[in-house]
Amino acid sequence: MSLTARVAALIVAFLCVVGVGVFVAVYYIGSANQLPTVAYTASGGVVNVALQEDPQNNSTTTPDWVTYYTQDPTTKQWLHTTLFSVPAGTRVNVTIYGYDGCTPLRNNYWSKVQGTLGNVVTVQQFNKNNRPLGLTTTESLINSWATCSVGHTFAIPDLGLYVPVASPNAQNSVNNLCSNSPCTPASGGAYSLEKFSFMSPSQPGSYRWQCLIPCGGGFLNGNGGPMQTLGWMAGFMNVVST
Amino acid sequence: MSSAEIPLPAGRHAAEREQRRIWWLVAVWLLLSLAACLVIWFVWYPHLPPGDMTTSARHQQFDIAVLAVTAAPVILGVFCYFAYVLVVFRARPGDDSDGAPIYGNAKIQAAWIIGTSMIVLWLFVFGTVELIVPAGAGAGEGASPIWKQSGAQTVAWTPGTNDILQVQVIGQQWTWSYRYPQFGGMESTVLDLPVNTPITFHVTSLDVIHSFWPYLLGVKADANPQVDNVAYTTARQTGSFIVRCNELCGIWHGAMTSNGTVMTPVAFKVWATAVQAREKANGTLAALPPYALTYDPTVIPQLGKDLVNVVGVTGAPGYFYGPGNPVTP
Amino acid sequence: MAIETQPERAEPTGRGPETAGGGERPWWQHMGAHTGLIGAVAGYFLGHWLGNFLGGDFARSSLSDENDVAIVLGYSFAVIGWLAGLGVFNDLFLLMRGKPLPEEPRFLGQEGPGLAKYFRFTLDHKVVGIQYLYGMIAYFLTGGLFAMAIRTELLSPNYHIIGPEQYLMVVGEHGTMMMMMMSSVVLGPFGQYFGPLLIGSKRVAFPRLEALGFWLTPPAYIILLSSILFGGFPTGWTGYEPLATQATTGMDAYFFAFGLMGISMILAGFNMIVTIINFRAPGMRWSRLPMFVWGQFTVSWLQVLAVPVLVGACYMGLTDRTFQTAFFTNQLGGSSFLYQNLFWFFGHPEVYILALPGFGIVTEIISTFCRKPLFGYKVQVAGLLGVATLSFFVWQHHLFDSGINPDMRPLFMLTTELISIPTGFIYLVAMGTFWKARIRFTIPMLFALAFYFNFLIGGISGVFLSDVPADTTEHGSFFVMAHFHYTIMGGLIFAFFGGLYYWLPKMFGIKLNETLGKIHFWTMFLFFNTTFLPLFALGMLGMPRRVFTYARNLETLNDWVSISAFCLGASMLIFLFNFVMSMAFWRQREVGNPWRSRSLEWQLSTPPPAENFRRVPVILAGPYDYGVKDALPVADLDPPPGVIGSAYAPATRGPVTREVED
Repeated sequence: MSLTARVAALIVAFLCVVGVGVFVAVYYIGSANQLPTVAYTASGGVVNVALQEDPQNNSTTTPDWVTYYTQDPTTKQWLHTTLFSVPAGTRVNVTIYGYDGCTPLRNNYWSKVQGTLGNVVTVQQFNKNNRPLGLTTTESLINSWATCSVGHTFAIPDLGLYVPVASPNAQNSVNNLCSNSPCTPASGGAYSLEKFSFMSPSQPGSYRWQCLIPCGGGFLNGNGGPMQTLGWMAGFMNVVST
Repeated sequence: MSSAEIPLPAGRHAAEREQRRIWWLVAVWLLLSLAACLVIWFVWYPHLPPGDMTTSARHQQFDIAVLAVTAAPVILGVFCYFAYVLVVFRARPGDDSDGAPIYGNAKIQAAWIIGTSMIVLWLFVFGTVELIVPAGAGAGEGASPIWKQSGAQTVAWTPGTNDILQVQVIGQQWTWSYRYPQFGGMESTVLDLPVNTPITFHVTSLDVIHSFWPYLLGVKADANPQVDNVAYTTARQTGSFIVRCNELCGIWHGAMTSNGTVMTPVAFKVWATAVQAREKANGTLAALPPYALTYDPTVIPQLGKDLVNVVGVTGAPGYFYGPGNPVTP
Repeated sequence: MAIETQPERAEPTGRGPETAGGGERPWWQHMGAHTGLIGAVAGYFLGHWLGNFLGGDFARSSLSDENDVAIVLGYSFAVIGWLAGLGVFNDLFLLMRGKPLPEEPRFLGQEGPGLAKYFRFTLDHKVVGIQYLYGMIAYFLTGGLFAMAIRTELLSPNYHIIGPEQYLMVVGEHGTMMMMMMSSVVLGPFGQYFGPLLIGSKRVAFPRLEALGFWLTPPAYIILLSSILFGGFPTGWTGYEPLATQATTGMDAYFFAFGLMGISMILAGFNMIVTIINFRAPGMRWSRLPMFVWGQFTVSWLQVLAVPVLVGACYMGLTDRTFQTAFFTNQLGGSSFLYQNLFWFFGHPEVYILALPGFGIVTEIISTFCRKPLFGYKVQVAGLLGVATLSFFVWQHHLFDSGINPDMRPLFMLTTELISIPTGFIYLVAMGTFWKARIRFTIPMLFALAFYFNFLIGGISGVFLSDVPADTTEHGSFFVMAHFHYTIMGGLIFAFFGGLYYWLPKMFGIKLNETLGKIHFWTMFLFFNTTFLPLFALGMLGMPRRVFTYARNLETLNDWVSISAFCLGASMLIFLFNFVMSMAFWRQREVGNPWRSRSLEWQLSTPPPAENFRRVPVILAGPYDYGVKDALPVADLDPPPGVIGSAYAPATRGPVTREVED
């Protein structure tokens, strides 16, 4: 090959390799960076965080995976992400809509509410027509082994926060669960409304959070798939300095 | 070195020069080795990882120091020798001749083989003794350890006696929890331990392989599902420590940490009985499975068959294996 | 003349005629990589469809939205399609139909002009060696890119550039790319090219198996990279169960690619054993065999005996994931320990498969550039054989803390420490060879010296790990990382580069630029040590492997290591620049025997003739008889007819008289 041909071939090959490398780096390896982080800001000295957990989701590749959604505080839209930020040293009020049915914990110790203010959560059950079922109760332990009653957990191990999220109870769950995601109270599906509060740490940083229920259906031990993917059942709570 | 000299012994003077140089080389090596060993033993040793918080950590510190003292002269010897030959025997510019046709030297070969074998055998004997004497030196010994800890196996633990404290370490994806059978099987997310007490860790897992590594305690034991892995240590200083997971277990492996504190035996007993009482009162103890050396999280007698019928349930095993699979083939 | 300095001249590897020789078909009508690619794609779709047909309605597939059966069958059919498209099965089908095989020229790879033969199923071992060379450089640089990504993430314990599961994907890709593909980084390019030349043979015993061994590596590479499209695999290069059964589809790529590469290693090893035993020229006694060939021989035994265990482990891992067998699931009667033992029974010989060829190459280099015989040839052979044999008896040292039977541990501590004795023989031979030598500091020599330096540090740190109590702190931490990077990268890769600078003039008749080469060496050596030496400290200070976050007080050390690693990557770019420019543009000719080596391959033309030797040579002496007055040349390349079969030249031990009649 002549010199010009060789130079041209070399440059083209080099650009191809660089292009492929950049594409893979950004699109696949950096894909977690495409998840939006929902920023919650304080109002009146407290921060209100809203999450929901669903038995399926609205993605095309893995529609059967269970997942969390996070609500954007300004638009009230449910975003398919598990990354959110809260200001440091502030009281965080968390509301979780539990649309998914129950699964027993692998270690029933996590049935005990730990790390919230008062070490309690409040739970109100709703039927599929968005009518309250029974009274709002205050629980310090939601036993996932005594009856089927826990859907997922919300745990930030670095803060000692372990909260079981109640599921619609057994009779309420049969054929009544929400089937369009993200679920809303109007979309038809039984759910449990759970609220709790904790103090965000004074040290800013990324604090990981996870679910402890083995809810990865079709995966060994139930801990694969969505349990090990950011944006589904695993996420970060970023604490930012005020 | 004078560039006019030819390294090959061309006469008695050259041979004597070479002999002198070799003695200088040996002397330099001995001096450097001595200096290195002294620095290692007196300066480094007290600060060597993993520190001296527990008996197993101290034994490991000692081992590492002895290994370093054994290895330093070997490394320095090879380096000194190479430095010497690279300078003395380099080809001068323009010199195209060959080196001396030495095919071997039976004495040197024999000396080397014997010397290295002796070092290796010394290391083996030393390592075995150091493994047996401290009852496993903090390593995971499996379910039936051979070299056991000395102390009394008791149902209830009393501070100030020789009672062994039993602690079960449960690894699961992706957090640690600890159960104390001598305190009613209560469970805790922090690992508090009493000082100057023999401790037996029973490490197990609920799902995949983890590894229990409290670095400052000098203990490392893999957590396998349905396996009880025993490790021993005795803490000698109070203080706090961090437990890390040492076997890749999925997304949060790097963040699977836990805190612990070594405290006085009396303070420990106060803490443990308080936790036990609190968990008894708020129903946690009743919710836990009975204490056992291993657990099968897919067998939940309380739930029975109802679980399978509820929509949306995936089951504790994740339904990777169908619900009809027998537990034993 | 003792050393042939003016061997038969030939041009450096030509580009071939501009037009295909009259009547020849155009390149794209021959079977080659392009038809292989078509076959692979077709095979993948066929396999994927078949998998969905067979396993699409498994209960777990509807819950998890993934069908591993489809992926695995897709890969299998893709590989079969790739090989079929390349023409690997053509000769087999001819024989099955009772037809004769095609003529000799195709056998020797002369059928195609210039570059085309490198993209076809060519049976000439020299062509296979060059194919391996380019392949291995590509695989190495890809693995290196992943390493850069790892060190970027580890710059900070708090600020995360990539997500935690992507970090594990990158870690696994880096480790697997290196450990899986680099096992052939020396034996592939140099072993296949120079093995037959060094033993005086015209060919290898099984040319088709040898070429197949190479052509399995591109699909292994692509399949491993395809794991990224599925989210990667979370287990690192060791693939521990039961996490591997729990993982998403990317894990199938790991098991499949590793099994494929394993088959490649088994075939290559098998071929080389038979070649070295049966195809040595007359007079090539075992006591005259070049040390590189001894290294190749011992490693081939390791490949043939240890790698099948890996293929079995990968196969079982795949059946656990696809058909819900329970080999490694404790709850259903399997055992997580089973996988660990199977993997490490392969894994430990694997690291010696990586290390031993390095020993072989540097021994050749130091003898040539010290211009001295090897000190203690038999000792070195004993060392290589000892390491290879003992490597089967040490694997449990990876499992000291895992809960194995406790009385196994002193036993494996003993065997692991014993292995340092034969490894020490390598140093004895090196040190003896340097005594009273005439040392030339050429670039290959510099790499060989760096090899001895790095491997010493790596090897001694191995002794620290073999001591069970000390291992309790060091196991699974960055100390282990530093240890194996020093032995494998500091050993094998430095030896690879040394071999490359040494042998490139013989393979292509082109010399790599000296100045750039020296810059490459010094930057690589310096930054290699500044990158990996602190990792010993990091490990001792309690940082486990494969973590994306660490204790805050370790941040400075990690930053130092990361910056050094970026500089090390830059030094690889210097090499790449040198390689590409020298081969494609500067093309500095270097035919003949620039190193004045006695070894047999340097007595041939550049490049060697198609059949290696016009006549089978008669070996007269060992290749290390430097400094011996009136030493015989290593071989008689033009023996009179009739000599072969009756010639048994005496073993040389210093000056001898020629006993073979001219």
